[in-house]
Amino acid sequence: MAASTSISTEVPAAVPAPDPRLAGHRRAAVVPAFNEAQTIAGVIAEIRAVDPGMEILVVDDASFDTTAVIAAEAGARVLRLACNLGIGGAVQTGYQAARELGCDLVVQIDGDGQHDPRELPLILEPVLDGRADIVIGSRFAGGGKYRAPPVRRFGMRIFAAFVSLLVGKSLSDTSSSFRAVNRRALSLFAVDYPHGYLETIEATVMAVRYGLRIEEVPVRMRERTSGRSSLTTPISLYYTVKVVIAVFISMFRRKTVQLEEDR
Amino acid sequence: MIPLRVSIIATFVAAALLLVVLELIRSRRLQERYALLWLLTGVVMLVFAIWRDALNRLAALTGIAYPPSALFVLGSGFILVVLLHYSTVISKLSEQNTALTQRVAMLELRLEESDRGALRA
Repeated sequence: MAASTSISTEVPAAVPAPDPRLAGHRRAAVVPAFNEAQTIAGVIAEIRAVDPGMEILVVDDASFDTTAVIAAEAGARVLRLACNLGIGGAVQTGYQAARELGCDLVVQIDGDGQHDPRELPLILEPVLDGRADIVIGSRFAGGGKYRAPPVRRFGMRIFAAFVSLLVGKSLSDTSSSFRAVNRRALSLFAVDYPHGYLETIEATVMAVRYGLRIEEVPVRMRERTSGRSSLTTPISLYYTVKVVIAVFISMFRRKTVQLEEDR
Repeated sequence: MIPLRVSIIATFVAAALLLVVLELIRSRRLQERYALLWLLTGVVMLVFAIWRDALNRLAALTGIAYPPSALFVLGSGFILVVLLHYSTVISKLSEQNTALTQRVAMLELRLEESDRGALRA
């Protein structure tokens, strides 16, 4: 996550008017951030440009840099975690805050600028239509060209294939953290969300188990101009094993969370 | 050669360990990240309990005259690693505990001061 991506902080000239249906929803963007002082202000400005009425909740996962200060100055609501929880715990904090604020439409978008906020309308569409409870921005569906090291791409495809097989639903990208959820899904994730890295994979399995409707929309990833993935080979091996076990076991877990109905 | 009875008992013990760990994860009393070492322990013990030839060879290779001792050594080795891992986990927990306590103190200070400000107003 500790990477900087080139983002223009200028508002793009042609931002389409927000979907009129948005007005009926209290909506929030959950932006987990760990050492993203370089990019966070740009991400916030871009989200605001796309939808000025969207609450922006930055979750600062105990960064060492000035991420929290910059995010607050940029006008976001900042949740500063006292201890580093890892991506899963950070995202869940954002979901909890969104629920506390009474939001019924929440998007999750990375603080490093790899996700393009201009694609928010795309991701929100199926939820607004009432077709889906969770929408995943897929880097592999459709025409999106996702440039990452081949090994990583391969790993992500394998995970997606593995999960698709387990849940009996074809998904092309389960590790994407560019997502939108409605009240139903929010009521699950605020209470129960996997910890640690690659948590989105297990979250997807949980969602299917709870009968949430998942839809994928193709998105493009922006490339990092500097910085590197936080993954190294032995660590990714550890995570692979961890995720496979977690996913497998979550298929057999009892369902304990009472879902709220979407309105 | 390892006595058959030892192998059978060891197989049951290792399988039981694996089942207990998996059930603990399933019922959310154990997080995956703390279970991985236990699962590895269970799998390795199970493999050497079932695959008797491998255990015999391991014993011969390391100069352990009595093969069941090799199983014992293996088990102790894993327990040592698990314990060391827990020491690092405890260290991290105590660090987080400090950070949380400090944050609570900071929040309390801020709350009291804003209360006092509200009283004066």
